[in-house]
Amino acid sequence: MSFPWAKHYQPKQPVMRWLDEKLPLPRLVYNAVGAGYPVPRNLNYFWNFGVLAGAALAIQIITGVVLAMHYAANAGVAFDSVESIMRDVNSGWFLRYAHANGASMFFIVVYTHIFRGLYYGSYKAPREMVWLLGVVIFLLMMATAFMGYVLPWGQMSFWGAQVITGFFSAIPVVGDTIRIWLLGGFAPDNAALNRFFSLHYLLPFVIAGVIILHIWALHIPGSNNPTGVDVKGEQDTVPFHPYYTAKDAVGLGVFLLVFAGLLFFFPNYLGHPDNYIPANPLSTPAHIVPEWYFWPFYAILRAFTADFILPAKLWGVLAMFGSILLLFFLPWLDSSPVRSNNFRPKARVAFWVLVVDVLLLGWCGGSPATPFFIILSQITAAYYFLHFLVILPWIARTERPAPLPHSITEAVLSKHGGTAPTKSALA
Amino acid sequence: MVRGIAFLVGAAFTFVLAIALWGSVSGLISEPPAPTAEEEFHLHPKPAHLASDGIFGRFDRRQLQRGFQVYKEVCAACHSLRLVAFRDLKDLGYNDPELKAIANQWVIEQPSINPETGEATTRKNVPADRFPSPFANEVAARAANNNALPPDLSLMAKARHDGGNYIYSLIGPDAYRPQPAELLRKFPDAKTPTGLHYNPYFANLNIAMPPPLTQDGQVQYADGTLASRDQMAKDVAAFLTWTAEPKLESRHAAGIGAFVFILIFCFLAWGAYQNVWRDVKH
Repeated sequence: MSFPWAKHYQPKQPVMRWLDEKLPLPRLVYNAVGAGYPVPRNLNYFWNFGVLAGAALAIQIITGVVLAMHYAANAGVAFDSVESIMRDVNSGWFLRYAHANGASMFFIVVYTHIFRGLYYGSYKAPREMVWLLGVVIFLLMMATAFMGYVLPWGQMSFWGAQVITGFFSAIPVVGDTIRIWLLGGFAPDNAALNRFFSLHYLLPFVIAGVIILHIWALHIPGSNNPTGVDVKGEQDTVPFHPYYTAKDAVGLGVFLLVFAGLLFFFPNYLGHPDNYIPANPLSTPAHIVPEWYFWPFYAILRAFTADFILPAKLWGVLAMFGSILLLFFLPWLDSSPVRSNNFRPKARVAFWVLVVDVLLLGWCGGSPATPFFIILSQITAAYYFLHFLVILPWIARTERPAPLPHSITEAVLSKHGGTAPTKSALA
Repeated sequence: MVRGIAFLVGAAFTFVLAIALWGSVSGLISEPPAPTAEEEFHLHPKPAHLASDGIFGRFDRRQLQRGFQVYKEVCAACHSLRLVAFRDLKDLGYNDPELKAIANQWVIEQPSINPETGEATTRKNVPADRFPSPFANEVAARAANNNALPPDLSLMAKARHDGGNYIYSLIGPDAYRPQPAELLRKFPDAKTPTGLHYNPYFANLNIAMPPPLTQDGQVQYADGTLASRDQMAKDVAAFLTWTAEPKLESRHAAGIGAFVFILIFCFLAWGAYQNVWRDVKH
């Protein structure tokens, strides 16, 4: 796979030659994230976010494994065991705040990664499989994050679990039976907490597995780039190492700065105060809100307030899941052969309207269900579906794209004021 | 095919949302939401200006000791502090003999078992114990408090929005006040029920807790600070900020160290990036 001019791994040390014959693991790494992977030379900083998402997952797994050594998944003691981590475990506060804010950082990074993919058309042929696997990772992340938020067994944990598992009771006829079976009881309790803990520990490793498939699928066509134009020759690419390892290190540093700012100085800013109150099935919080990364989807759920053939709740649940599942069909909904929105005047406008729309949905989802926010979420939810299911397919058929550069190198050189193509990017 | 089905799905969701929107808008017009007393009269907490605020914040240990004294002499009569141990008070600047004395002289004793008969009894506290609850259980607590449950205070500063300032405001000198005449004129049904107390910093304006700090000098501070009601409210807010986040100082210190370390990393990475890419236009 990859391009014919990709460098080949040539071990120099006898030990490495021996290892390469027995188990070519260094060769695999060299071809995946080393000098053996040619990458377009014109990637901007948005292309850092794949590596950053991997770093965020690693941080979550490392802090999570250590936290699990101190946490007790029992409804009677779970809350106190988390507080004992905060008070009595050496640097336990660091582990817990790193894990809780690490989840937020993971979503910030992944949302930016998805933003990049949407703007530059990374989901289009020949990278459909990369996109499909990415949506699978996103779904797994949401499930993992939800179950992780339940584990401290505070008020928002309990009532969040109550609301989310309540989705299943919207299924006609068998809904309640399924919900009770999933929870292991009539309401979230010890049985639910235990299975959430088990799955919360399992799913990150499933995510890691799907990430391997995601990168594998990416390396067959190679990375997209801001022009969306295919790689034409060696002059269009540079080896991943050292060019993009160096650039990713800069991105990683900035990521860690933001992460440290949250973790050390505003560790509870993105959380909800009610989760510092132990779970109490007899006392419902005034406003049940999920974590910020679920707000847009929560707003879509709450926007459906009218029965029409189906009950409103079922419409809401269908729409909420549909809002993510429709992403699986995006490569075929947007049939324009032009990838980058830089060259798509109409699609670019629609894209930015969508970004504002999703931000408004998030605002609605995090706010109390007053008439103003319900009405705003009904309008913005409708636009969300119209964008993906009607507007974008229509634009793709009618739009006249701007002229594309002939090659990546031409685009780069014209940006720098020159026009003569050079033989190689590595001059 | 995909686009045809997508169009139908999109149209269906939009249609149902349009029906819902119609219902919401006509409901809003026919029955505009009535303002509530909470919306109009609830006050956001006043800033307590604690030493622990901000990214360089550190605890004022003398203030924490004063706040602990207020907790001990006022709050502890009803409110538990079950996540905090006597040994933790070492962070406030007490030495070991003082800790032992504080634990030993604590009015409420630890539930225990008589080693000879096995019968339930109580014993003196030791530094390893967590603060004992003033009530044996929730029923006893409610029975003694007009059916209201005094919440545990260990995490109060994190369990309420803007917690430190909230505690200060809720028990500060201007918190408990007569219900404003304007409120009763606008919302005649919102009169504070008997047994509750009007307090605009409390979420629903009517709190079960009677005013805890009623007069200046209610506590005789060991360090000679004048115990005004404002001072006592501020000190106990500082103390409860510590009980909720005892590792705040290590966190701030580690954060500053981490920032410096990561900044150096950023500069090195930036230099490496510039160096690697110097001959490649991109």
